[in-house]
This record gives sequence, structure tokens and C-alpha cells, in this order.
Amino acid sequence: MADILGAEVDEEGFLVDLSDWTKEIAEQMAKDDDVDLSDEHWDVINFLRDYFEEYQIAPAVRVLTKAIAKRMGKDKGNSKYLYTLFPYGPGKQGCRFAGLPKPTGCI
Amino acid sequence: MATKKFMYLNRRSSFGTVYAIESLEVVLIAAAFEQDVSLAFIDDGVYQIVEGQNADGIGMKNFSKTFHALGDYDINKLYVSAESLEERGLNVDDLMPLAYEDEDDDWAEKPSIKVVSNAQLSKIMSEQDVCLSF
Amino acid sequence: MLHTVNKSSFERNSLKSCLNTIDNTSVILLIEDGVISAAKNTNSPMIADLAAQGRVYALQGDVEARGISSKLADNIKLVDYAGFVDLVVEHGTTVSWV
Repeated sequence: MADILGAEVDEEGFLVDLSDWTKEIAEQMAKDDDVDLSDEHWDVINFLRDYFEEYQIAPAVRVLTKAIAKRMGKDKGNSKYLYTLFPYGPGKQGCRFAGLPKPTGCI
Repeated sequence: MATKKFMYLNRRSSFGTVYAIESLEVVLIAAAFEQDVSLAFIDDGVYQIVEGQNADGIGMKNFSKTFHALGDYDINKLYVSAESLEERGLNVDDLMPLAYEDEDDDWAEKPSIKVVSNAQLSKIMSEQDVCLSF
Repeated sequence: MLHTVNKSSFERNSLKSCLNTIDNTSVILLIEDGVISAAKNTNSPMIADLAAQGRVYALQGDVEARGISSKLADNIKLVDYAGFVDLVVEHGTTVSWV
């Protein structure tokens, strides 16, 4: 079974136990994807973690985009900006860095 | 993609069987495909949206919180059987105050829950393309 | 609409739920353990009116498998699998009360 800094991950790299998540794990996952985590990345990651805490699900990309637009403005709540931050998809890659499961309906 | 009207009939309470959480999962998937989704809560299904659920003591996920996200997914038609509520000594004030923001009305917050009689529900069901019972 | 019920009305409330919301043009098809409600028993009054209107069907194979062919309640119509398909085609939307 694969692991990142000792935390077990599934075949797609998502944490098996969400409570294993640490900032260091997020940074290691990003490094493995050749992404350098900026404050802008952390804004989205923190948003995703808050969303999961409140609703117990990882949001679909459409929902994430809309919610970020509402909370942080249209210049951040659009898919072009979010895909620039997370080239493998703000839903899939963002949620993985945030220690969440893969978003429902994300194939 | 063609849009169809999907109605999900939720007939069982949250934790005794896997039906309730599976239904919610399928609902979210249908919504991700931007279908016209509505939910009905009948029989013990009304307990799925009762306010004040806490699953800590049974070590299960409290997915009642997820119903609050449905508005974000443009799911804002939640029909609750008046007869089923009454049989269980419940009324609409016992349910979670689920709401959505109406894009066409300056994002005004509006209630998603509508208590209907079984006769009204029967009519709404007959207008669907697909009804799935859980 | 076509409503299929596959649970015994003595064990589950599927038939009752269905009856609570059925409109006056829909029909019911009893399948699997649902056919226990097609037998003459203390739950027969639940569907007696609908059956009298010719709106209650039961799947023959399931009825025979459970040995209740000779114990059917009044006015239950038996269909085979081809008849099941015909009902689906004829009535449009199907609800499976699982």
C-alpha cells in the first residue's frame, strides 16, 4: 500500500484516512505533482477543508467555482484561474491536496 | 445533454440501512450532470432531514449536514409528505431549515422544503421522467 | 405510471407507501415477495378496490414459485415476463418500490 509521509493513500493518491492530513502531507503531494504551493493554493485548500467540515462532502467543480466566486470574488471564482492553480483539476487535485475524498460525480 | 426530471423517493431513516446515504450520493451525481432533480421524503424518510442529528455516538458520518449543500447543487425542490410527518408527531419546524439562493431573484435565500399532501405528491410524481425509490 | 412492489406487505411498508401516493390511472405489478400481497390474506383489503378496477397485476412465475396460484385474492391479473414488458411500455414511467 502506497503512503505519503507514512499516511496511507489509495491508488489515485487520495488519503485513506482523512484525519491523517497535515500541511506537510499537502506540500509533499504538491511537490510530487511539480506544484509549488502558494498562498493562492492554500486559500483554495483551506476553503475545501472548511467546505468538507461543514457539509461532509467534497464539492463538485461547478459548486466549488460558484462558492469561491461568492466568497473571494469573481477573479478567483472562475475555472481558468482555478485550473491555473491546479492543472489536474481544482476538484480532483485540490481535494487530494486538501486530504478530502474525490468529489462525488467526478469521474 | 438532454435534461430529464428525476425524483428521488426517500423512504427510510438515515442510519439503519444504507439506502439514505446511497440515495444522497446518487442525487449529487445526477446534479453534477445538471439534471432537474427533486427529492421526496415519505414514511421514515422524513427523519433524514430532522434537525439536530448527531452520529458521533454510533461512529457514522453525519450526512444530514450534506443536505445543506444541495442548494449549491441547484437542488431546491424537497417535498415532504404531510401525512408522514403527522404520523410521526413531527411538523415542519422539526426539520432542518434547508434553503437555496435564487439566482433569478438577486440571490435571495428561499426555503427548499415544501410540505405537501400525498395527493399533491402523487401529481408531482406523475410529472417526472424518472422516479427512483430508496 | 407502473408501480412495481417486490416486498411482502407483512414484512415491509413498500406496498403501503405505494398506495399512499398512487394516482387514479396507475397500475401495480406485484413481483418477487410482493406477490404475497396477491394471495388472499388479512392484507388483501389493502388492494381490493384497485384489483376490482383491474389495476393489480402479479408476476405468474413468482406466484407459482410460492405456491399461491390457488390462493389468489379476487381480481388479481397474472402476467408472464412478456406481460411485464408490455406493462412497462404501456404505462411510461415505472417506480420500483424496493
